[in-house]
Amino acid sequence: MITLSFVYVLAGMLFATFAVLSVRDTANPKRWTTGLFWALFALSFLVGDYLGDVGNGVLVLAMALIAGVGGLGIGRVATTTPDERRAAAAHWRNLLFLPAVMIPIVTVAGTFAFAGLTVVGMVIFEPLTIGGAPIVANPKQATLIALPFAAIIAGVLAVVLLRQPVASPVQEGRRLMDVIGWAALLPQMLASLGAVFALAGVGKVVGDLATQWVPADSLIATVAVYCVGMALFTMIMGNAFAAFPVLTAGIGVPLLMHHFGGDPAIVGAIGMLAGFCGTLMTPLAANFNIVPAALLELKDRNAVVLMQVPTALMMLAINTTLMYARISLSEQAQNTLLCTACSR
Amino acid sequence: MLTLLGVAVVVVGFAARFNPLLVVVVAAFVTGLAAGLSPVEVLAAFGKAFNENRFVSVAWLILPVVGVLERAGLQERARTLIGGVKAVTVGRLLIVYMLFRQITAALGLTSIGGHAQTVKPLIAPMAEAAAELKGGALSDDEREKVRAMSAATDNIALFFGEDIFMAIGSILLIVGFLDQSGITVAPLQLSVWAIPTAVAALVVHGARLLLFDRRAAQRSPARAPAE
Repeated sequence: MITLSFVYVLAGMLFATFAVLSVRDTANPKRWTTGLFWALFALSFLVGDYLGDVGNGVLVLAMALIAGVGGLGIGRVATTTPDERRAAAAHWRNLLFLPAVMIPIVTVAGTFAFAGLTVVGMVIFEPLTIGGAPIVANPKQATLIALPFAAIIAGVLAVVLLRQPVASPVQEGRRLMDVIGWAALLPQMLASLGAVFALAGVGKVVGDLATQWVPADSLIATVAVYCVGMALFTMIMGNAFAAFPVLTAGIGVPLLMHHFGGDPAIVGAIGMLAGFCGTLMTPLAANFNIVPAALLELKDRNAVVLMQVPTALMMLAINTTLMYARISLSEQAQNTLLCTACSR
Repeated sequence: MLTLLGVAVVVVGFAARFNPLLVVVVAAFVTGLAAGLSPVEVLAAFGKAFNENRFVSVAWLILPVVGVLERAGLQERARTLIGGVKAVTVGRLLIVYMLFRQITAALGLTSIGGHAQTVKPLIAPMAEAAAELKGGALSDDEREKVRAMSAATDNIALFFGEDIFMAIGSILLIVGFLDQSGITVAPLQLSVWAIPTAVAALVVHGARLLLFDRRAAQRSPARAPAE
């Protein structure tokens, strides 16, 4: 049976390798702090469960300080030159795409194999088992466990098929990791901040504030506060999942569903999508907005967010209008029904 | 109200462009202390959450294979391939990618694309090649815009596609939350209501992408004599 610990050991070993390679890389002016950073990350993945809460706190604090004060340098990896890459591209041609498409194919196939597939309540196939027990204990982790498998299979394929040096995956991995730098830690840090916010009850305070703002007698104003509130709260929390329960409990359920009689499916679905508009407009959704800027080596780390803002604002307006139109239409339909009833 | 101080730290810290990692640490301590926790309790809470959220960083395991493929010339091949398609523009390429990403996400295949898997090795180089095909060599500023638009298109397509799939996390969250409030909704009802927004996203962002092409076309004749 495979659990996440198996994946964590893999990640720990990879980061430990980055640590050793970084320290040995004399071309990196900050090789010691860079190495220490990756060593701490490796430690977290390998023995994090045994460090205790305070131990993990000290570890993450150290990592944040190293990366936060610019302790991560960029190493020199013996990679290929642009000319060599052009020559290699001309040589291997479309064979290059084979390992690349193996990543999503194996990830998707692995997810289905580990979690099974159910469509509209119909079981297409059950999760794969070994000796009666499912391979993956928790089907919710199927994709997380399938991803490393896909990375390994595609990586081996790339090395063998395209005749790359055996050490090239870890070296090239380190090259990209160095380019990403501190942004690599940000998504996990923000997830942890969300936990501290939850502990301190930040969500409840914001929810109460938003609820105070609602003029409860106007449908359009209530819909607007709910949808714009979802977007704004998501921007603050970096995550629509954190905003949804708070605002839906404060405005969605009592006002839009109960008071105005809105269809819960419409309020829920479009409310969440309004939150997604917020996700597009915040640097706090680091996975989607900051990490790609680092990966693509953009000078402005907010370049992706800024590019998304116009689309996000228009989509927010559309979602708000859509929700208002649906609820007011059903309200009118009900009123007509009532009137026909009373005239008879 | 004092609990909101941490939120203020985040907003001001990100706006002033301090290092985000330090901003997050400070915000965590400000929030925790304002809520009456001791510094050690905040450290423990943060450490516990960090350990529980390690799965977030598992995605980096994909970097080695992406790096090897770059080393072997994948980006260059992607450029060459797109250079052979005469009708291609940045906008048209990204509209096709957006449609592909929305449809696959709607079928639950969200991990088929992504910034490390597809945008960096394939889509961004293809978009750059498409831009060069029409307007000649790109300035740094133009290159940055093309890359940012590639990443933005991936996000927008994913966000406004995945909710059509019934078993996605956000749909399950809505069902679970409403269930706690005594309201029963079927996942199918929710995913049906994600469709109008998905179509609207394709129209809105698609229009922006075509506009992106037009602006690039207006710029390129002005640059041609200088080359």
